[in-house]
Amino acid sequence: MSILSDSAILEINNLKSRYPQGKQKSALLPALHIAQAEKGWLPVDAMDEVAGILQIKPIEVYEVATFYTMFHVKPVGKYVIEVCRTGPCCTIGAEELIQYMEDKLGISVGETTDDGLFTLKTVECLAACGMGPVLQIGPDYTYRENMTREKFDLMIEELRNKS
Amino acid sequence: MDSNLLKVTIDGRSIEVPPGTTILQAARMIGEHYPPAMCYYTPLKESGGKCRVCLVRVAQTSEANPRPMPKLVASCLTRVENGMVVENESSPEVLEARHGVVEFLLINHPLDCPVCDQAGECDLQNLAFEHGTEQTRYEEGRREFDKIDIGDKIQLHMTRCILCYRCVFTADQITNERVHGVLNRGDAAEIGTYIKHAIENDFSGNIVDVCPVGALTDKTYRFKQRVWFSKPFNAHRSCDKCCGEVVLWIKNNDVIRVTARKNKFGEVEKFICNDCRYDHKNLEDWVIGEAAEIERDSVIRANKYKTKIHSPAVQVDAKFVSE
Amino acid sequence: MARQILFEHINVPGINTLETYVSKGGYQSLARAFKMTPDEVTEEVKKSGLRGRGGAGFPTGMKWSFLDKKSDKPRYLVCNGDESEPGTFKDRHLMMNIPHALIEGMIVSSYALGARTSYIYVRGEMMPVIRVLEKAIQEAYKAGYLGNNIQGSGYSLDLYVQPGGGAYICGEETALLESLEGKRGNPRNKPPFPAVWGLYGCPTVVNNVETIADVPWIVNHGGDAYAAIGIGKSTGTKLISACGNINKPGIYEIELGLPVEEFIYSDQYCGGIPNGKKLKAVVAGGSSVPILPADLILKTANGEPRLMSYESLNDGGFVSGTMLGSGGFIVYDEDQCIVRNLWNFTRFYHHESCGQCSPCREGTGWMEKVLHRIEYGHGKMSDIDLLVDVAKKIEGKTICPLGEAAAWPVASAIRHFRAEFEAHVSDPGSCCKKHLHREMTSVH
Ligand SMILES: Cc1cc2nc3c(=O)[nH]c(=O)nc-3n(C[C@H](O)[C@H](O)[C@H](O)COP(=O)(O)O)c2cc1C
Ligand code: SF4
Ligand code: FES
Ligand code: FES
Repeated sequence: MSILSDSAILEINNLKSRYPQGKQKSALLPALHIAQAEKGWLPVDAMDEVAGILQIKPIEVYEVATFYTMFHVKPVGKYVIEVCRTGPCCTIGAEELIQYMEDKLGISVGETTDDGLFTLKTVECLAACGMGPVLQIGPDYTYRENMTREKFDLMIEELRNKS
Repeated sequence: MDSNLLKVTIDGRSIEVPPGTTILQAARMIGEHYPPAMCYYTPLKESGGKCRVCLVRVAQTSEANPRPMPKLVASCLTRVENGMVVENESSPEVLEARHGVVEFLLINHPLDCPVCDQAGECDLQNLAFEHGTEQTRYEEGRREFDKIDIGDKIQLHMTRCILCYRCVFTADQITNERVHGVLNRGDAAEIGTYIKHAIENDFSGNIVDVCPVGALTDKTYRFKQRVWFSKPFNAHRSCDKCCGEVVLWIKNNDVIRVTARKNKFGEVEKFICNDCRYDHKNLEDWVIGEAAEIERDSVIRANKYKTKIHSPAVQVDAKFVSE
Repeated sequence: MARQILFEHINVPGINTLETYVSKGGYQSLARAFKMTPDEVTEEVKKSGLRGRGGAGFPTGMKWSFLDKKSDKPRYLVCNGDESEPGTFKDRHLMMNIPHALIEGMIVSSYALGARTSYIYVRGEMMPVIRVLEKAIQEAYKAGYLGNNIQGSGYSLDLYVQPGGGAYICGEETALLESLEGKRGNPRNKPPFPAVWGLYGCPTVVNNVETIADVPWIVNHGGDAYAAIGIGKSTGTKLISACGNINKPGIYEIELGLPVEEFIYSDQYCGGIPNGKKLKAVVAGGSSVPILPADLILKTANGEPRLMSYESLNDGGFVSGTMLGSGGFIVYDEDQCIVRNLWNFTRFYHHESCGQCSPCREGTGWMEKVLHRIEYGHGKMSDIDLLVDVAKKIEGKTICPLGEAAAWPVASAIRHFRAEFEAHVSDPGSCCKKHLHREMTSVH
């Protein structure tokens, strides 16, 4: 029984043509993004399935998935709020805003709200320092720039209403 | 002079070596005072370059290019060029750098030598003894991991690991199915199988032999004996899986452990199978040869630790002693 | 308005589409390049004096000429769009708004290098950029700028975008190549350099997004014309991403040689410091380069005006100078705390170390923990020299330059602002972020 959808499997298989013969392992990062977009996170059986499609060992997938910060190897909320905590954003109020977000959502960084809607995660510089404080939100990874408390409140409200 | 050979001078002593030889190999050919190596392992492709204890200074790149190299280089990976002049122990800069690397390797190490199976044959213990300092300057919390069994024969004590990657290369190159690897990154990186997974493979026991510290240990031997109470003998048997050439560690006519043979640089040249390692612990199984020479500058040979560990660099945490 | 090479049309509506881009003269460099031999294109780039815009400033033409052309293996051009150095946000802007500028650059550069397949590696967080690039690449295929026998030249090229997965270290070129091979982003030991042993063990050139986007202009106008812009060996224009405490944060294309003072205070650029505050310090080229106090960023130690150029910013070496780096220009006003900022940056390097080599893996964490203590009022005077010493023991001992990137900020902050560190130790109550009700900690 495959855990990924047929279309995800097809998409991953199609990636292989981007690389020379025998180098299909190169498709691993984009494949993990596809799997994560579908599952919300990367359960072991999804990683094993990716390993199977790319004809590599499961451990090669685990090694990679745990190296890169974008891959969630534990379950996360429906919306993962990834907010920048790096120096330049902090010169313009990111730390204060992050603590506001924690209070607003009633969770600490790294945690998920009880309703399973939001996971708050701090990340490093998102290359938007001039438009900080900044966060992004999956699965599209849309950037929300020049964040303020008001904008954050509004965003949370919108997402709550959508669900 | 054979025109194909390259002349290299290390700490004032010269040797001619074939192209492709690394500085470390050349230094080992010269003899005694070669750089230490915690991650490089001759039989393992791609090993080396990570621990940085083998750094040396290249004072002259080659005859054609008499300039020094701008940074210290990893002697285990840097190839000799003709006319190269290298400083190892003769360079204060190298010694200071090595001292720094040893300190880095120790800050997150548990220093639990008194309860560690590797004590007495641990490369890190030896290194700390030679290049460590009296006092640690590190006052912050140490990284800790739970010890786990990976299969019924091998225990992983990640807290002691120095991330040399040797066991990973061994699993890749010596066994046919690697199920463990390096997970996470930075100082949170760890050796693991990710999901509970036993390392079971005819040659898996070799990952214990290549580990320079006590992170991977032989569970069938654990705590049986301090290594210096047993006597090593070369022995062999005819084996259809491997060379059958091993070292038996014998005490009172009991085989308490079987390992592969190591050369004088502490490297296994012929890997052995798990049958020989785990399933033949009777003296009758073996043709016993001469006493094995434990050649490396090890604490066993130096007889430095007859009764208890007291490396100056190793301040033993009371917690571990009472464990 | 200063000379604009990359951003001339950035505000034209629809410039992200092929149609508008072509209507503004886009893709003309292809026909020109195909009339030249690949080596002639490389020669123009050499003449232009273009230097790598990713941080190290290595002459691009020279890098290209190192490519091992004797080898019968395929050759690759890989574009470095990993942009993760704190303070740097120019490549994202360029790729998002004028994707065809990068694609056109990739085509002519690949032609010069004899690459038949090229990759643009973009950090995974920039999924929106990746979508824009992929769409633009499809347009370029359709228009016959990519694929087989481009414009009847006989030259064929396939171009792909590869996403990263969240790892600053993948900006380091050999870590990037490992990542592109589907592995952990562990930098390789060098030599061999990518020019000899790069992607899949084949000769490879890795160049920054901005570097590659500069090439079409050079092909169109000639290397000499490019070299005429700028100052001395700092030829051409440079994208500077300015942030921190300034009135007009943003991305500016400047002609190299612009006085730093003008850049900070002129309304055309940063527009000065908000709320009438005084300038305290600047990190001029991304978080890795040494921080300079206000007096030294505006004027060199000799009292000459500091210019935005590779040479002028480096004047005085690391004693009194810094580097142009990636062009990530971070401005600190008098209210900013140097200790806290340094702790933050060091936390960043600790978090981003790949963990392969012991000095960086262990040293970055050590420095972070000590700085965290000092910042939160538990420091000792001896900690300050300890930090200097640990930084020194990392620098130059590591596999890749992340070691230096972590060590330089520590060394320079203490060199120029030691009193502030001492004040944190002697008067913990003065701790700058009292208003934050919870300690910010390092999270892995
Ligand atoms: C830790 C580290 C991070 C780097 N990050 C980037 C990056 O995000 N983007 C980039 O173009 N170069 C980065 N570089 C520089 C690259 O290694 C490489 O020099 C550059 O991509 C070459 O392109 P250029 O010559 O066009 O500048 C980084 C280097 C190091 C050591
Ligand atoms: S310096 Fe740091 S990032 Fe670079 S290889 Fe070593 S551990 Fe990895
Ligand atoms: S520091 Fe937040 S985006 Fe760069
Ligand atoms: S032995 Fe050379 S770096 Fe480890």
